[in-house]
Amino acid sequence: MDKELKFSWSEILKFGAIAGIVAIYVILVGMVEAFNDRYIISETVTLGQIALFSPVFLLGYFAADKARQIKSTGFAILSSALVGLVGGIFVAALLFLGANINMRAVFLNVSPDLLKILHLGQETMLGAIAANLIISAIVGLFGGLFALTPHKWSNALLVGLSIVLLMGIMQELMTITFGSKDWYKPIGKFIYAQKGLSWGGAILFLILGAAYSLWRGSGKFRPAAKVAKMPAKQRMTVSLTAWALGLIILLALPKFLGSYPSEILTTVGIYIIMGLGLNIVVGFAGLLDLGYVAFFAIGAYTVGVLTTTGKLATVGWSFWMALPIAVFLAMFAGVLLGIPVLKMRGDYLAIVTLGFGEIIRVLVLSDWLKPFIGGAQGILQIPKPHIGGFVFKGPQQMYYIVLAGILLVGYVAWRLRDARVGRAWKAMREDEDVAEAMGIHLVSTKLMAFATGAAFAGLAGAIFAAKLGSIFPQSFNLIVSINVLSLIIVGGIGSLPGVVVGALILVGLPELLREFADFRMLFYGALLVAMMLVKPEGFVPEKTHARELSEKEPFAPEIEPEAPARETI
Amino acid sequence: MTLLKLDNIHTYYGNIHALKGISITVDEGEIVTLIGANGAGKSTTLKTISGLLYPRQGKVYLNDEVLTKHAAHEIVKMGVIHVPEGRRVFARLTVMENLEMGAFTRKDKGGIQQDLDRVFELFPRLKERRSQVAGTLSGGEQQMLAMGRALMSNPRILLLDEPSMGLAPVLVDLIFDTIRELNEQGMTILLVEQNALLALDVANRGYVLETGVIALAGDAKELANDPQVKEVYLGGA
Repeated sequence: MDKELKFSWSEILKFGAIAGIVAIYVILVGMVEAFNDRYIISETVTLGQIALFSPVFLLGYFAADKARQIKSTGFAILSSALVGLVGGIFVAALLFLGANINMRAVFLNVSPDLLKILHLGQETMLGAIAANLIISAIVGLFGGLFALTPHKWSNALLVGLSIVLLMGIMQELMTITFGSKDWYKPIGKFIYAQKGLSWGGAILFLILGAAYSLWRGSGKFRPAAKVAKMPAKQRMTVSLTAWALGLIILLALPKFLGSYPSEILTTVGIYIIMGLGLNIVVGFAGLLDLGYVAFFAIGAYTVGVLTTTGKLATVGWSFWMALPIAVFLAMFAGVLLGIPVLKMRGDYLAIVTLGFGEIIRVLVLSDWLKPFIGGAQGILQIPKPHIGGFVFKGPQQMYYIVLAGILLVGYVAWRLRDARVGRAWKAMREDEDVAEAMGIHLVSTKLMAFATGAAFAGLAGAIFAAKLGSIFPQSFNLIVSINVLSLIIVGGIGSLPGVVVGALILVGLPELLREFADFRMLFYGALLVAMMLVKPEGFVPEKTHARELSEKEPFAPEIEPEAPARETI
Repeated sequence: MTLLKLDNIHTYYGNIHALKGISITVDEGEIVTLIGANGAGKSTTLKTISGLLYPRQGKVYLNDEVLTKHAAHEIVKMGVIHVPEGRRVFARLTVMENLEMGAFTRKDKGGIQQDLDRVFELFPRLKERRSQVAGTLSGGEQQMLAMGRALMSNPRILLLDEPSMGLAPVLVDLIFDTIRELNEQGMTILLVEQNALLALDVANRGYVLETGVIALAGDAKELANDPQVKEVYLGGA
């Protein structure tokens, strides 16, 4: 007994230390300070505090979850509080050190402001240390309680809290939106305070989120199953109505959201178009392309050169005339890149495509091409597209071009996936040699994938140029390729809805949080690692990938368990 | 009538001279086997026929057409299908999807359905498991699937590379029974095997390959009784 107890104590120390180290890391990279002015709930909870205490909460949760399997509930709760306390000691130690020795020589972020934040409102050092220990222990305890709550309720709470967090983060944006129309101004006044959510708003969102989660979990929420039971004709009507409704909402969005949210949506939309394109290359055909930004750049620069009215003016075409040329040139470049890499696979292909992306970037920056495309100064004065007298002047108007682009590209990708070439891509992705032995023409299949993917990126680039009105080489660096690849992985490789989800998470969320910009790559890294550990098939998995990556096998329904076949044959 | 003819084939892997002038023929309706030790060039010969490798010298004929002018995917369309060594099913696709991939070059829906029925008749187990993921099948089932997938292309000649590899003896018998059955239905088969005894038992004629050249050729029964073959390939019985 004693020995077993000891084991658990060391376990508590371990969990606490992890929490403490993660918390210190979060502090030292500057997140706590950067997020400190971002109130989630007015005058009460800041995002900085959430960043500071979430490691303790999480580790308290894990500790209690583990402890209750071997020990009593009481012990589990106690251990979670102790984990919190240990985590708190680490933070308090950092605070003490920071106040007494100058750490800034190494850790730039340990500023007086940060130390003041870590005082948690207490004046004296002793009071601050005590506050840190107590609050950490309490937060750890909450983590433990959370682990012990029945799954249904803890899940509801989690959904509720996530929505509160999300709405809190979107405060600035939503106040602008709510402020734009007289008749919903009062709603905005109720939900949001000067900074962050009001208490009323926070409670409202918590209840809404929890209720929604409970309702879904109750099993009454089965729209898909209900529709599947309907007769064919009715089913058709329902799905048509759903599509029409979705389209109407999408069309109405910019009007309701206002300018800044529309701006974010167009950015997300441009990434969706690129994601759909790269998804064909990487997801459908299994060709890892790290230089995808090149085609985006070609699309943007084509539109730039052909339409600009500034210093570099050439033919001065309209956007609509330049668009097909941009798409065609990108596609041509796709084929051009495809030919030398036909025989390459995996890592080699990745490296060569990476190089191709860099070549385009260097060309764009070069003095040699400067008279045509402006070098580092870029191309300015790209006119906005217009149809007749209607000018797509701002993000609220550009949104429609992006939306049309997504719908077109999404439709093409969807049709191609189920077409003959889609099956060829699939076979090639699974096993190139066998695909060839099955009569699949590898050369044309690969080139088709590169060309289609590149054409989509060209379209995205063309819209990007028209949206910004000016383009610079910095917009076309490696990060763009990595972003697009990451959003595909997060959404689910090969999955079309996954691209949309991935773009919203990886491109949309960081746009909402301006302070976030510095931590974007950190966030990407953490998210990708977490995804690979917890949900490697992505948020909206494509079924072939799901089969490989999930341990369940829901695709073998027809074999009875006692069939002797598997052992003998 | 000669269906497949290799005329003085030389194939290289880079600088390595793998096939040094191979000439073989396969008549319509025959089972012909290529036996030989590891590295003798058996698989290389099959890959050269199916267009996965390109010979530096020599020609492969199907009837009177020159196969070596064509790319691999065209050769499949012309009726030569290669079942690769080690089965190589599409592991993440279902049995049914694998079989559909086999019919990739075809567009005649009726004919495809007919061949699907034929494959399921030949391998009832595949029918039972048609919605199962191929990677979860046993080795024997995967071999059946690889052969079934090849038959879906409605070939005139089947190139089988080591169908017995890594299988339990019971299963090897089952696979070879199927090979015999297919042949009785009129399928021409070129069989590459390390298990010379089994291969010579099922085949009409055989070739013995040694480091890229044909060392012996002849009737399967005669080869099985040839003292040299016995000594080297049949365990010196």
